[in-house]
Amino acid sequence: MAFIENIGLLSVTPGMIIMWVIGLVLIYLAITKQYEPLLLLPIGFGILLANLPETQLMTQGEGLIWRFYHYGIEWEIIPPLIFLGLGALTDFGPLLAQPRLIFLGAGAQMGVYVTFFSAYAMGFTLEEAATIGIIGGADGPTTIFLSAKLAPHLLGAVAVAAYSYMALVPIIQPPVMHLLTTENERKIKMQKSRTVSDREKVLFPIIATMVIILLIPASAPLIAMFMLGNLFRESKVVERLSDAAQNALMNIVTIFLGVSIGGTMNAESFLQTEAIFIFVLGLIAFIISTASGILFAKLMNVFTKNKINPLIGAAGVSAVPMAARVAQKEGAKADKRNYLLMFAMGPNIAGVIGTVMAAGIFLAMLR
Amino acid sequence: MAEQVRAPLAGNIWEVIVAVGDTVEEDDELLIIEALKMENPVYSPCNGKVVEVAVTKGDQVQEDDLLLVIDS
Repeated sequence: MAFIENIGLLSVTPGMIIMWVIGLVLIYLAITKQYEPLLLLPIGFGILLANLPETQLMTQGEGLIWRFYHYGIEWEIIPPLIFLGLGALTDFGPLLAQPRLIFLGAGAQMGVYVTFFSAYAMGFTLEEAATIGIIGGADGPTTIFLSAKLAPHLLGAVAVAAYSYMALVPIIQPPVMHLLTTENERKIKMQKSRTVSDREKVLFPIIATMVIILLIPASAPLIAMFMLGNLFRESKVVERLSDAAQNALMNIVTIFLGVSIGGTMNAESFLQTEAIFIFVLGLIAFIISTASGILFAKLMNVFTKNKINPLIGAAGVSAVPMAARVAQKEGAKADKRNYLLMFAMGPNIAGVIGTVMAAGIFLAMLR
Repeated sequence: MAEQVRAPLAGNIWEVIVAVGDTVEEDDELLIIEALKMENPVYSPCNGKVVEVAVTKGDQVQEDDLLLVIDS
């Protein structure tokens, strides 16, 4: 009799069934369309697990997945470790070769701030608005990091929104790019950048860490790990560490991250009207960031003879390297002999730093 | 007149489409350079005959490295 009482099937609610569908859709998109599968597959599965009754998987203090979530996300360990791996994967060469591109990375953060104010105007708290706004930075780990600190109840929705829109960058960005640029602007061929020495590439992470953290101490966990990973890479003397950071470590924490995020998405907390607003606002944030990056490039062109192709401004949205690839593709459509890819990596990488700094500013203001 | 075709960006030689002796026309795809997991074709700047191929599949090239020479 006790066994019959404990059969989970009897406790299924309609909300849970809806979440099963959502989880299955994410798994489907991950597998068949390859939409950010590294995150959306475990998140989708985690959603299924979180919405099967009586499993105790997310029970505070004892659940398996609760433990992943608590020690990995609540303790803010996983996002910085992902940044360690990202830093080891990142080549700052294209940015150092043309440092002015850092302004495009900064300009593209406009979507974050506009969405922050819009969300606050719509009735979200400052903390919630900041968490929703940071989706516009197109930076998964930063979004998760900020959400866990400021608005943990929104974590599932903002994470799924952020990763979904990152997967949709090739669909979201081109129409915005075409709307805001002329054919001639898209054909602009950029002058070759200067060469970057190995010494510069080693000094950069060290100096950047100190400067950024002195300015915005709250960004330290993410920036420090990002730059440390980059230093592993550029020093060329710790290949084993660089390899571990970008491969084994990154993959391991990604597993825990995805399952944990999915684990928070139970029907009661996710199926609120807020979730729809988050998805809409997140999309708006993305679009505005794309637009502001492009417009910033056009603005810079007023002041310089060495013209910037505005398409690379869209790459300031820090979906690395997806947004850079989109810039390359749209540039090649206008002129097939135009190779914007490495130029676009400049703002793309700068955007990552820009988003982390934006998150740091929010934390400093709101924590 | 010998026309040098140089790498427009850094990457790996994904595929060498033409060979020494081939006749090419302007805008033909000569080879493909892979960078950031994107295939980037390199197009012929002129009509002519390929007289030298300086790279093979798998080579890493920097921007401006010589790829091939066309006699036009």
